[in-house]
Amino acid sequence: MEKVIFKKPHALTDVPFHYCAGCTHGIIHRLVAEVIDELGCEGHTVGISPVGCAVMNYDYFNCDMIEAPHGRAPAVATGVKRAHPENVVFTYQGDGDLAAIGTAETVHAATRGENITVIFVNNTIYGMTGGQMAPTSLPGQVTQTTPYGRDVDKAGFPVRICEMLSTLDGVALAQRTSVDTVKNVNETKRAIKKAFQNQIDGRGFSIVEILSTCPTNWGMNPIESLDWLRENMIPYYPLGVYKDERKGARLENE
Amino acid sequence: MAACDIPALIVNVQRGGPGLGGIQPSQSDYWQATKATGHGDFQILVYAPATIQEMVDLVGLAFDKGDEYRIPAMILADGMLGQMMEPVKLPEATTKRAVDKPWACCGHQNKREHNILNSLLLSPKELEDLIIQRYKRYDVIKKNEQKWDEYLLDDADIVVVAYGASARVSHTAVDMARQQGIKAGLLRPITLWPFPVKAFESLKETAKAFISCEMSMGQMVDDVRLAVECKKPVSFVGRTGGKIPTPGEVLNKIIEVGGVC
Repeated sequence: MEKVIFKKPHALTDVPFHYCAGCTHGIIHRLVAEVIDELGCEGHTVGISPVGCAVMNYDYFNCDMIEAPHGRAPAVATGVKRAHPENVVFTYQGDGDLAAIGTAETVHAATRGENITVIFVNNTIYGMTGGQMAPTSLPGQVTQTTPYGRDVDKAGFPVRICEMLSTLDGVALAQRTSVDTVKNVNETKRAIKKAFQNQIDGRGFSIVEILSTCPTNWGMNPIESLDWLRENMIPYYPLGVYKDERKGARLENE
Repeated sequence: MAACDIPALIVNVQRGGPGLGGIQPSQSDYWQATKATGHGDFQILVYAPATIQEMVDLVGLAFDKGDEYRIPAMILADGMLGQMMEPVKLPEATTKRAVDKPWACCGHQNKREHNILNSLLLSPKELEDLIIQRYKRYDVIKKNEQKWDEYLLDDADIVVVAYGASARVSHTAVDMARQQGIKAGLLRPITLWPFPVKAFESLKETAKAFISCEMSMGQMVDDVRLAVECKKPVSFVGRTGGKIPTPGEVLNKIIEVGGVC
């Protein structure tokens, strides 16, 4: 007798992904969809799409989806969540969207303690637009706009989002993970599930920063990309939990 | 929002510009509100209150019309109205919805396909088709939603066209002109988009001249010219940068224009 042991999550549509070969967006999409399935919340979940490589993920998730203008996903999510607090609202954003043009929306949604979930995919580069330097690009990293490597004297330093947001009292969860190994993929899924569960439990703003690869714009094959992530990104962006407590808990303890 | 056909209400209480400009009353955002709210081909509803009661009443109307036509609406007030106090009668609270919103993203509850609100259309054909459909809706709005107020227009030779705070100044100026025997009247647009061209249909035949009075360098005056179809002279009077025209300044323009007619 045939038995189904592996299938596509219901929260993903049957539309084929447009992502480049070796890109880790596909893994992360699947993890988000698996979590939605396991929590049984697809019918009352609203996702907010970014601008960037994941711009068309409104076609990939089976829940209601809103495409926000550049960087404004946390602001749109704030409105959707406040209008319908019973809904589960998540944003899915890259580093160009979240850490550059959307920095203000991100920081203020976090400090307001908006009860939303942010999936932040950090691949240290502007992927969709052709590989320009992002705020998250590493010192010395070669990109289209830093052909000799990012010179921090001219281009400044990378921004560490989880460390920065962990200082804010509105944040319930700030955790950085990676999808370079099976172990880390599993850890990422646990973090995403926690970020969704936090919202259901009303604990505050939850962000999971996921270190991701961009083989096309890094000029590497998928295997080399994963090695590069491990050797260069993780030392600068250490994995771990930067904050995990109900929003405002620090004030209550003072 | 306009590109996703999402209704919304935006309130702009205008100050002097551009840039930081000043913090005194102005009407110099007329073009921004009615012609260039953002990039791309679109319009939004624009309501211009002239009293605090109207500031209250137009909120409900703007929300309802925004919902009905799936279009953002704006209340374009000015710093003078924003700082004023007048007695108002608040409408009774209601929870009734003007229309159903089957397009809304509020969870499909496992009962329908997922809704998508999106403004990205990479196919020029698809985008053009959508914009053309949207403009058909704009035609309905232009036909049905023009609003304006009239004061002493039945026998008016000189018609002052003004909205918001400058309409209140012009109202006084029209009274002063009447006291001097000049047949002046006031046409006050309440919708700036759609511009109330219907109000000009008979006036452009019967009146002798039109004056657009604004707290700007003259942004509505072109819409007045189009509405009059150049059948009568249209001139401008106004102040900008946070200055409010006095009734005397408007009266002088009425006398100047009246002397030519």
